[in-house]
Amino acid sequence: MSTATIPAAGEGRIGLRANLRHIGALARRNLMQIRHDPETLFDALLMPVVFILLFVYVFGGAIAGDQQTYVQYLVPGMMAMMGMNIAMAVGSGVNEDFRKGVMDRFRTMPIARSSVLIAKIVVELGRMLLATAILLGMGLLLGLEIRGSLVALAGAVALSTVFGAALMWIFVLLGLSVRTPQAVQGLAMLVLMPLQFGSSIFAPTASMPGWLEGFTRINPLSNLADAARALINGHGAVAHPVLITLVWTVVITAVTMPLAVRKFRSKT
Amino acid sequence: MTRQTISTGGGNAVEVRGLVKHFGDVRAVDGVDLDVPEGTVLGVLGPNGAGKTTLVRCLSTLLVPDAGRAVVAGCDVVRQPRALRRRIGLTGQYASVDEKLSGWENLYMIGRLLDLSRKAARTRADEMLERFSLTEAARRPAGKYSGGMRRRLDLAASMIGRPAVLYLDEPTTGLDPRTRNEVWEEVRRMVRDGATVLLTTQYMEEAEQLADGLAVIDRGRVIAEGRIEELKAKVGGRTLQIRPADPAELERMADAVARAGLDGVAGATADRDEGVVNVPIVSDEQLTAVVAVLGARGFALAGISTHLPSLDEVFLALTGQKTSGGADSPAGDGGPEGPGAREERYAEVGA
Repeated sequence: MSTATIPAAGEGRIGLRANLRHIGALARRNLMQIRHDPETLFDALLMPVVFILLFVYVFGGAIAGDQQTYVQYLVPGMMAMMGMNIAMAVGSGVNEDFRKGVMDRFRTMPIARSSVLIAKIVVELGRMLLATAILLGMGLLLGLEIRGSLVALAGAVALSTVFGAALMWIFVLLGLSVRTPQAVQGLAMLVLMPLQFGSSIFAPTASMPGWLEGFTRINPLSNLADAARALINGHGAVAHPVLITLVWTVVITAVTMPLAVRKFRSKT
Repeated sequence: MTRQTISTGGGNAVEVRGLVKHFGDVRAVDGVDLDVPEGTVLGVLGPNGAGKTTLVRCLSTLLVPDAGRAVVAGCDVVRQPRALRRRIGLTGQYASVDEKLSGWENLYMIGRLLDLSRKAARTRADEMLERFSLTEAARRPAGKYSGGMRRRLDLAASMIGRPAVLYLDEPTTGLDPRTRNEVWEEVRRMVRDGATVLLTTQYMEEAEQLADGLAVIDRGRVIAEGRIEELKAKVGGRTLQIRPADPAELERMADAVARAGLDGVAGATADRDEGVVNVPIVSDEQLTAVVAVLGARGFALAGISTHLPSLDEVFLALTGQKTSGGADSPAGDGGPEGPGAREERYAEVGA
């Protein structure tokens, strides 16, 4: 074991292939965590099911006149909600990692520090797609008709995923800033509830008071819901809600990603 | 303590000069100089909050020092952190493995992160589990391991990349004596295999068992250093306590030992409160000799025991001062996230 060798100037730089391999190994870690702790997947698997059943059968008739019409309204709208709930898990995951010694282990290893974060986000995006697939599957069982083209459907899924990815940065930042995973959940719920219910996800906004309707018009979840609805149902304005959603996606990412990365660096 | 400037190939695996790290007003590490010759073990002995963990975190690239220089395995810790990370292993006082993953998966992941091929990572994981007697528990989540198993897994994880320099930050704190011995055995083995080890500890006994050299630190400063034998001689090694069957014989017994002229046995004192004679000794031969003398003179003994000096006694002997203790400088060993977060980790270890 030669310890006295002086490293070359470039030694320790991490090449792209090595970086991808590290991200792969860390993504595998996140998948393994799910395998050992399958309950953590319940939010992705069960939530769409529970929510659809609850809303369709409890509120469906009252809101839309009949359940069939409501399925067509609710299911695309809920695509907006899935991303947000899954993104929350990223925050508590990151927080947990930092509270445990395992992050120290990673930080003393010759890997890019960002790979820990990227691996987590990749896995959570997978979880998000899974949740969306279950949501749509459940919708189809209840009689959802895909009236738009498959391309439009893919567009709706892509839009909600991109927006969900942007949300993840907010939660990464939150996860790095607060002390416990419970605090992440608590704070997140506080923000989530008004955003979710003050939107067009569950009910049309026309009957809401003026100030609330005004709020829903700029609420990204409302716009995402409207966009997904228009794309899947094959009618309604697409360009405007898509544009607003994309603007939000860009703004959220541009603001929170650099902050989150900086916070991550300073903590590592 | 001023020394020569750093030489890169001078046979020292670790060279630290004037290292300083403060958190706010607290100077956790306050100008530390250290040398660890290649293939040896340096014990860093100090109380809670002395700056031991901060020192190790600076040397393992987890913290950037505010001043001073450190070269480890030929790499400057500030200027060549990435190259350094290929050459070091760290086992902290809290488990740095993923508790949700099994032992095998942890080691496999670390192998992959160290750029081993899939096959090599698999082989190495099996090999390390075998060596640390964890094969049976290989598939169980690390979170379900006992304290000792987890510490062994931690050591195994640190050894996957065959590091040239290994930091062990209080490796046996919170472990029971049996597990502690297992960890010690592993550390000895790593050293036999050629690793250089920097070990922090609160126990003189641990330093004595494992270390070649010793640095005693308090309030972020090295207050005594040297080869372990030198410091042991100053501190007085062990104390032999002899309990006579008849307490009335205490003085006569102390007198007999003191006058026996045994090599290296300077004196004996009678402790009437405890009902024992205390004899400072530095070797097992002296123990035997003292007992033999008492036997030859016909004293009846009710019990004998030896005890190592506590950290407090070491401090008192080396510096004439009491230890500062953890309570005086709670942030001393705190990480960048502040003392609060760190305390939680301690608490987890204790639980």
